Amino acid sequence: MDITDFYDTFFEEAEELLADMERHLLEIDLEEPDAEQLNAIFRAAHSIKGGAGTFGFDVLQKTTHLLENLLDHARRGEMPLRRDIVDTFLETKDMLHDQLDAYRNQEEPDQAAFTRICQTLQQLAREEIGQELEAAASAPEDTGNAPTATPPAHTADTTTDSVAVASPTSEQLLAVALLNVGEKDRGLLVEELGQLGTVQAHHGDEECYEVTLLTGVSRDDIEAVMCFIVEPEQLQIRHAENEESVPEASPQAPPQSEKDPASPAKSETATSPAPLTTGGASESGRPKAKKAKAGGESSSIRVSVDKVDQIINLVGELIITQSMLDQTVSELDGVTHGGLLNGMNLLQRNARDLQEAVMSVRMVPMDYVFSRYPRLVRDLAGKLDKEVELVTEGESTELDKSLTERIIDPLTHLVRNSLDHGIEDPDTREAAGKPRIGRLTLSAQHQGGNILIEVIDDGAGLDRDRLLAKAHESGLSVSDSMSDDEVWQLIFAPGFSTAKEVSDVSGRGVGMDVVKRNIQGMGGHVEIMSRRGQGTTTRIVLPLTLAILDGMSIKVGSEVFILPLSTVLESLQPSREDLYAMAGDDVVLKVRDEYLPVVAVHEALDVKGAKTQLKETIAVIVQGEGRRYALLVDDLIGQQQVVVKNLETNYRKVPGVSAATILGDGSVALILDIADLHRLSRAKKEARRPQRASIDYETLLQKEREPS
Amino acid sequence: MTSLSQHADYATSEAQNREFLVFSLGEEEYAIDILKVQEIRGYENVTRIANAPEFIKGVTNLRGIIVPIVDLRIKFHLDKVEYGGQTVVIVVNVGERVVGIVVDGVSDVMTLTPEQIKPAPEFGVTLSSDFLSGLGSLEDRMLVLVDIDKLLTSEEMALVDRSSK
Repeated sequence: MDITDFYDTFFEEAEELLADMERHLLEIDLEEPDAEQLNAIFRAAHSIKGGAGTFGFDVLQKTTHLLENLLDHARRGEMPLRRDIVDTFLETKDMLHDQLDAYRNQEEPDQAAFTRICQTLQQLAREEIGQELEAAASAPEDTGNAPTATPPAHTADTTTDSVAVASPTSEQLLAVALLNVGEKDRGLLVEELGQLGTVQAHHGDEECYEVTLLTGVSRDDIEAVMCFIVEPEQLQIRHAENEESVPEASPQAPPQSEKDPASPAKSETATSPAPLTTGGASESGRPKAKKAKAGGESSSIRVSVDKVDQIINLVGELIITQSMLDQTVSELDGVTHGGLLNGMNLLQRNARDLQEAVMSVRMVPMDYVFSRYPRLVRDLAGKLDKEVELVTEGESTELDKSLTERIIDPLTHLVRNSLDHGIEDPDTREAAGKPRIGRLTLSAQHQGGNILIEVIDDGAGLDRDRLLAKAHESGLSVSDSMSDDEVWQLIFAPGFSTAKEVSDVSGRGVGMDVVKRNIQGMGGHVEIMSRRGQGTTTRIVLPLTLAILDGMSIKVGSEVFILPLSTVLESLQPSREDLYAMAGDDVVLKVRDEYLPVVAVHEALDVKGAKTQLKETIAVIVQGEGRRYALLVDDLIGQQQVVVKNLETNYRKVPGVSAATILGDGSVALILDIADLHRLSRAKKEARRPQRASIDYETLLQKEREPS
Repeated sequence: MTSLSQHADYATSEAQNREFLVFSLGEEEYAIDILKVQEIRGYENVTRIANAPEFIKGVTNLRGIIVPIVDLRIKFHLDKVEYGGQTVVIVVNVGERVVGIVVDGVSDVMTLTPEQIKPAPEFGVTLSSDFLSGLGSLEDRMLVLVDIDKLLTSEEMALVDRSSK
């Protein structure tokens, strides 16, 4: 095992730290910055720097170093925070993220970008603190925190082992105590320490193992490195020679049990390198923050999605096996096999519970999605000179992981649209009697088996007249008598945009149709509600999961198919009077003053032995991709939840079919794709047409020849 | 020392020998690399797929996995295609895919030495020699060695989306 094994851990941790940093930067109150938050941001930068230094990620280390120095000034109140400064910090954070990605892909980060960000940070330092930052150090010996040019005023009350006064080049003798560390990790840690300095001695047992180290690396850096292997609680670092002069550490002399985690020594060895200068708030805040983090780690584990999917598949199999057994057992005599039947009932209940529990593993809170918008809204509002307040509701609403990933793009588009077209600039808002600050609400809630995600703005609302005029221009067939809902749907037409000018935010008209298609691809749909001058609400309705589907099983001939229940509107027995033949072999069905095209499943899917007499069939009215039509089937079997199985894993895409499932008897049934089925049926009719035309032509020719 | 070199010889010749699963289609005997075979099962419960070529019988449930079933007898234009108790499905792994092929019967597993594998001559239209890895000759029998990977991923089998290939 060597140091590269820790790369992944570092990348993951660094990513989380960066996310933390961004969250705090966005939340921070510019007027009255919260000391604890500033500390948290600082700590994040510092931890990344420590790790980057150890792993030799030079560019990353240098960038974080500059950022850290600035943050250090900020948290000590030596540098006032302004919006543009926070912007710079955020930009730096993005840059760090890019650098991290580059290292992860084993590439060198963009050098030009690095130089640029260094200049920006240096300039900021010159303007705000009136001093040059010390050049970023490349050697880990130099990663001491505070700029040496300004000996901080607080040195008086620091203890001798404080890193702030430890000269970067001087070597010191440190005693590193490892508490309750297993033998394997211990060897690794000693080896690791050997890379940071000279190990002079190591001895002890599992409970407390002491390593004496001669090193120029600061305590915090040592700790930052060690923390990739052990918990901070398991670590104690102090000066080896002058133990007596460290009053905080000596009472904590090893052995110290883990049961005493809130000891002063722990807060002393916390990741924050400089002594506490910001007062009581951070003193009490720091250990608390650490505890919260430790709690979070123990209550969750990282598992790859593949593993979870495998479990879900297996549970799906279990359910199928269980229902197969159920069918067999249901034929048995209840009196003689009472015990077996009871057992089966219990099995059924347990299997369902298990399925639900497993499905919930895949569920992630919407917070995962919503958390990326504060930044976006902030940046965009700045760019558009608008003032926008973002409100999120229902962050804890859960949604299937695969869906959350696919919802991000459409949702981002809607948010951008709301900011660009919806919310007006502050002056216009004031003139209209609205507060200057616009309000954008993102909300999520469950409704039945669906999740509703809404993007609500209190902006200008959609302009009916302009939409209609634009539609005329684009050659869409519209009339003034269309209902509002129909007019709003126009914005989903391809190439449709009402933006007066194309900006880099929106207005190219390539967006909303893609949004709609994406959401339909996930089995959902979009609704728009808008009031002129009061705002627009875009509502996305999605199924909770793609792995399980509420289906209606139908029979055609001897074959069973599944219709997604969400597409089924109603079913009825068509009477002859309601069926009208159209040109060619098209048939329409009249349902309550509406004429619907008819698609016979047996024709589209070549089912043999199906009922062809219209009188015997059942019409299921379905809706897919906004198209409504009547599907002719032989029989309705019933409703059931089915586990969706991909056909493409081993086969290929089948026209008119979205996926497959396994029925209770172990046989496979195909799940019909309503929109695609309509296309398939049209294509088939299309294919038949020229054939008939040529026959007609020939008979016509023959007839003409006959008289002669 | 001699025993060691003997052992090495044995090992190399062993490595060159290949094992084949022999199956019959009508009167003819075919064989595929045994390492491609996942399992052998009966022909049952196949769900038809609409608008697919005739030789694709449909899909079946193999312990929760949806597996397409191809009838090689129809593909190779055999006169007699019957489904009975002897009809067997060989489940093969092709790349990352699982496919079932219907054959008239499975007879045995044969080990062929490199000398026994002859190059395949140019064949007719039904079975292009591209899909053959050779002919196996055994005293009075001839085995047609099918390169099942190439055959099943070929465009004419219509088992794989061209885009996903």
